[in-house]
Amino acid sequence: MIEVKGLHKKFDDEEVLKGIDFVFDRGKTNLIIGQSGSGKSVLMKCMLGLFMPEKGSIEYDGKSYHEFTEDEKKDLSKQIGMVFQGGALFDSMTVEENVMFPLRMFTRQKRKEMKSRVDEVLERVNLTGTANKMPSEISGGMQKRVSIARAIVNRPKYLFCDEPNSGLDPKTATVIDNLVQELTHEYDITTVIITHDMNSVLEIGEKIAFLKDGVLAWKGDKSQIFKTEDETVTDFVYSSDLFKKVRKAQLEGY
Amino acid sequence: MNYLHAIGEYFLMLKGVFGRMTKRSVLKDLIFKEIDDLILSSIGIVAFLSFFIGAVVAIQTALNLTNPLIPKSLVAYAARQSVILEFAPTFISIIMAGKVGSYITSSIGSMNVTEQIDALEVMGINSLNYLIFPKIIAMLAYPFVIAISMFLGIVGAYTAAVMGGFVGPEPFIEGLQDEFIPFHLVYAFIKTFLFAFILATIPAYHGYYMKGGALEVGEASTTSFVWTSVVIIITNYAVTQLLLS
Ligand SMILES: Nc1ncnc2c1ncn2[C@@H]1O[C@H](COP(=O)(O)OP(=O)(O)OP(=O)(O)O)[C@@H](O)[C@H]1O
Ligand SMILES: [Mg+2]
Repeated sequence: MIEVKGLHKKFDDEEVLKGIDFVFDRGKTNLIIGQSGSGKSVLMKCMLGLFMPEKGSIEYDGKSYHEFTEDEKKDLSKQIGMVFQGGALFDSMTVEENVMFPLRMFTRQKRKEMKSRVDEVLERVNLTGTANKMPSEISGGMQKRVSIARAIVNRPKYLFCDEPNSGLDPKTATVIDNLVQELTHEYDITTVIITHDMNSVLEIGEKIAFLKDGVLAWKGDKSQIFKTEDETVTDFVYSSDLFKKVRKAQLEGY
Repeated sequence: MNYLHAIGEYFLMLKGVFGRMTKRSVLKDLIFKEIDDLILSSIGIVAFLSFFIGAVVAIQTALNLTNPLIPKSLVAYAARQSVILEFAPTFISIIMAGKVGSYITSSIGSMNVTEQIDALEVMGINSLNYLIFPKIIAMLAYPFVIAISMFLGIVGAYTAAVMGGFVGPEPFIEGLQDEFIPFHLVYAFIKTFLFAFILATIPAYHGYYMKGGALEVGEASTTSFVWTSVVIIITNYAVTQLLLS
């Protein structure tokens, strides 16, 4: 469980997060949704300690991040898996070396053990056979999946994904969504996912935070988000034509 | 104010670089990779430049020695002094600010803009140590590059002077040994070590702290080249003043 309390973050004079309170539950896929520029990535980076918030606190399983000692922070980071918006693969390493990296850094496993674990996760993200390619030699969607493999290889307790399925075709996107949800339930981890994809919201929106201009404008889950009358939410959710039609049909009582 | 800020940031960066160390086995691989990328890949161009610079110095000196009272062996003496004191350590280091320096800035800069540095930090890795420390260690081998440069510079001078018929082989060798002061070599290698450190860290600073995208990575490389050269020239002046005068 990760709890965010009264989080404020400014860049120069621009207030990007204006007091966010939210609890990300363990064993659930927690989604952060909202328009581009609403502060989703900044919120996630604050939670990861990459940005220093001006005010507010972040608690990992009841303990405030500010109170962590250096060693505790290091221990915590071993338990975190992160999928960056752009993948952030190390471009001087092969796919296999990228995925193996957290294992080399944090475990004392033999090369053979590490290799078999890497093969296992590459298979889970449908990437068998790419192990020896460089990131620049595979497609954007494949890079995204390598990044997911790297994030989960060391069995994290907290999994963060910044738009894990942007740039993926609908079928692969669903596979990735389901994989992340499966892992979340299987290992009872706390998963935080930023997404734009309403399909993901429908599929895995077990808990949802809706950000608008740096404010938490709505929270709930997937069964509530399609029923709510809150206009800021419906504006966002039904902005695509397809969903508009669905909404119209709903209102007309079909 | 801006310069002061940058200088402060640079020294804080150095503190971070020598802070929490990366896992040994990983660091070892990184160092070997950097030796390859920074040192071994530079030897070819350095050898080429040094040979021909040495040759030109010899020809220029020979052509300007019109006074019959001055011995021809002076060609070798002049070539030796200029190659060892300045051409090899300083001139080659300026070239390396372009080659090694822009490579360091652009590789760290592109990792910066594609969030690879953030990825390291999230994993709890001291990214300053991970990225920059291996480069500093690899650059400890830089004096070997300069030694090669000195040697080939003199070989170039010999080739041009003797083949061009300006000086005979014996007077040349004689001139080469004339009034040799071993401290000049010490001075040259002290400079070289300082330049090696500058070549590793100033470009790294420009890559690590740049902001923006691919375009800014290019700009950072240019700025980095300018500042690395400026600092090398100033350091050269200071060291020369301190050690030789
Ligand atoms: N490092 C930074 N420095 C300055 N401003 C920043 C920085 N990172 C983000 N911002 C600003 O914060 C605001 C929110 O950005 P953020 O990246 O969180 O958006 P987002 O909700 O993730 O959008 P998207 O869906 O497009 O990724 C933007 O206005 C952006 O300009
Ligand atoms: Mg974002």
